[in-house]
Amino acid sequence: MSGDARLPLWEVFVRSRRGLSHNHVGSLHAADAEMALRNARDVFTRRMEGISIWVVPSTAITASSPDEKDAFFDPAGDKAYRHPTFYTIPKDVQQL
Amino acid sequence: MTTVATDVAAVSTLRMADDCLVLSHRLAQWSSRAPSLEDDVALTNIALDELGQARALYVRTAELDGTGRSEDDYAFLRDEREFVNCQLVEQENGDFATTIVRQLLFTTYQHAQWRALVGSPDEQVAAIAAKAIKEATYHRHHAVDWTLRLGDGTEESHRRMETALAALWPFTAELFEVDDLTADLVATGVAADPAVLRGEWEPFVEGVLHEATLTRPEVTWAPSGGRRGLHTECFGYMLTEMQHLHRSHPGVSW
Repeated sequence: MSGDARLPLWEVFVRSRRGLSHNHVGSLHAADAEMALRNARDVFTRRMEGISIWVVPSTAITASSPDEKDAFFDPAGDKAYRHPTFYTIPKDVQQL
Repeated sequence: MTTVATDVAAVSTLRMADDCLVLSHRLAQWSSRAPSLEDDVALTNIALDELGQARALYVRTAELDGTGRSEDDYAFLRDEREFVNCQLVEQENGDFATTIVRQLLFTTYQHAQWRALVGSPDEQVAAIAAKAIKEATYHRHHAVDWTLRLGDGTEESHRRMETALAALWPFTAELFEVDDLTADLVATGVAADPAVLRGEWEPFVEGVLHEATLTRPEVTWAPSGGRRGLHTECFGYMLTEMQHLHRSHPGVSW
């Protein structure tokens, strides 16, 4: 069942636990921000997936265009020196 | 728990358990039928919360009434006249507005009830209440949000809300009824005092209705009897559907 087309679309971001950043988990329909938040709670955090939710109107997101993929991302492709590969990461660091 | 017989206390937990179970089943009937995926999940989430509360209360009831019955025994192997839920929760889902009005009227009551029972002398009931109050807070919030949206929404949504209010309001009288058992139960803190519940329920519901531009209907009748096992016609059909599987295949599990 798809959402009501008359209701605006919202993007949902969930933070799974303290210390991590919010991750995009999906989208949903809702009449306003508060309803979007409540719907997000029901749709995306029923199994304890998160401790914090953000909702953002989909229209507020400006996305990079697939047509510009090369211009946007290719130049970074051959610049390995930008990666911190010369450090050893301690075993205990879970999230980096 | 010292001055009230446990079998009397069991009546109190059974009433609450049946309220939860019956409402849970009604809400579950929305599964795959709600106006949007989002509300499909919301209503069935609430149904699961209510089911969880019912299960905990049936377990406690079995200890109190000494029958050692299982949750399934209470849910699937009792007949209509043995259910002591209020008639409000058994009312059919109707349109979305009807379900929302039923939610508003009942979850506001249930929220007040759980709040009172957090301090119950029955430690198990107090523990169930402490967990349930968080769920109830959300259920009430959900109902209030939709009531405001639909009441103060379009001409059609407003009309449907008023129709639903007129149909369901009479059933709220039963929530605050006092009978022979209530006095003892209230005196010992085992059950919430209906007068106190009404004192919380009425201003809250009226405040929401006012904000939603809805009017409290003038009611001339007050159906009653759910607590004594007397139910409205639709309840029998609901039970038939709910119990069918278990009765056709006794002891079935999955």
